[in-house]
Amino acid sequence: MVAALTRIFGVHNLALAEDVVQDAFCRALETWKLRGIPHNPSAWLLRTAKNRAIDVLRRERHARTFAPELERLFESEWTLVPTVTELFDPSAIKDDELRMMFSCCHPRLPETAQVALVLHISCGFSVSEIASAFLSTDAAMEKRISRAKKVLAASRKLFDLNDNDFIERLCAVQRALYLLFNEGYHGASADSAVRAELCAEAMRLTNLLLENSLASSPATHALAALMHLNAARLPARLDASGNLASLFDQDRSSWDASLMARGHQLLEHSASGSELTEYHIEAAIAWVHASARRAEETNWDQIVSLYGTLMALRPSPVVALNRAIAVAQLEGPERGLEEIRAIKDCDRLATYPFYSAALGELELRSGKHEIARRHFEAALALARNPMERRFLEQRALAASR
Amino acid sequence: MSEFVYLYRGGERPDSPQQGEQEMQKWVAWLKDLGEKGYIKDRGQPLDRTGKVVRGKQKIITDGPYTESKDIVGGYTLIQAKDLVQAAELSKGCPIFDSGGLVEIRPVMEM
Repeated sequence: MVAALTRIFGVHNLALAEDVVQDAFCRALETWKLRGIPHNPSAWLLRTAKNRAIDVLRRERHARTFAPELERLFESEWTLVPTVTELFDPSAIKDDELRMMFSCCHPRLPETAQVALVLHISCGFSVSEIASAFLSTDAAMEKRISRAKKVLAASRKLFDLNDNDFIERLCAVQRALYLLFNEGYHGASADSAVRAELCAEAMRLTNLLLENSLASSPATHALAALMHLNAARLPARLDASGNLASLFDQDRSSWDASLMARGHQLLEHSASGSELTEYHIEAAIAWVHASARRAEETNWDQIVSLYGTLMALRPSPVVALNRAIAVAQLEGPERGLEEIRAIKDCDRLATYPFYSAALGELELRSGKHEIARRHFEAALALARNPMERRFLEQRALAASR
Repeated sequence: MSEFVYLYRGGERPDSPQQGEQEMQKWVAWLKDLGEKGYIKDRGQPLDRTGKVVRGKQKIITDGPYTESKDIVGGYTLIQAKDLVQAAELSKGCPIFDSGGLVEIRPVMEM
């Protein structure tokens, strides 16, 4: 709704658009309290927002400027209501949602600010929710978001998909959605290691990209594939008591078959064209994992090879770590430890609990219990939420037997 | 059975959308329960917090009312109950008490 209202009011009136949406939600709560929840709550909200928008336009058309290309239509009473109605049409709203997402991924904003803005404006998350997802304070996140909104408001209007910068912008959008999904899947938040709602939002927005002919490139399909294939396996990441389960202990029967099927379909579609992106490789890795009925049957050879390709494309210490873990599966723990010690820039992994945990696992498998226990304790000290803490405590305990 | 009006006064705004939604669900559940038991004559309506006040022989129109927020009537419901005591008892399930508001119960004058 914010997107549609921003289209109507103009990007410089983003705050007004947000106010109208807030207002619609408040009215909804007050009305539904007494009258009950309507059959179609979103239609109700849209109608309310639309009526408020019309009120605002009528009341303020002499006091403010709105979207420049629509000003004349708003001046006349004849065209005001029909224009707003047209702009609130579901397909128009979808387009605006897409353009809003692209607008949020402004090149002058750092990636983290882009993701925060997408979460705030496109997904409706509050500042505190976003702050907790990214291990930031409310005040710091508030500042980051408001600075980002200023950059946004300075553009004359919502990003036009026919713009010359479309390809770069699309890459930025894909990256932002990837980061968002990752945050939900491998969450570092203080409450939980898994934030399914972040994954769901990332998938919803990626689907919007898929529905647009310009944005649904093979890379977008690959991104959607990797999200679906990982989301399918999400139910198994936490066991029945809500604890993190290691890859080898996960209950694969809890995998979501329809997400898996859709993911595979998307993976197939991503193979068209000559582009090979990191999303393609990560989706392929997810598929190799997903194809194994049991962890022991996983084709680790393929995974090592895919991680190798990923390192060539987008090298990072975390990717190197994941590759090393796969090497350990294939060639034994000593080889895995060798690979971990060879990681470049491994100081960047210093605060990542699963770096120490990986060292712990491999030392444990090599029979070095005492060394393993120390690694797990180091990892435990870096744990970011109760689930990680419990998991690492268990591992440390297992190593001290 | 006699009729009574519940006037919902005051009550703090919810801190977050989640809290707002939870509160709303409680109201829906409470009124649904009363309705199923036959106590509701008219579910009522929510009211905007400000409007107009027309006053005096000159019938002067001003903006208002600007009473203290704890006194503002935010909505009403028309109840049918055995007597005032029962009407008051029935109001105890209202979620407004959790947000610092109150329910004023006024009997509709009988013929």
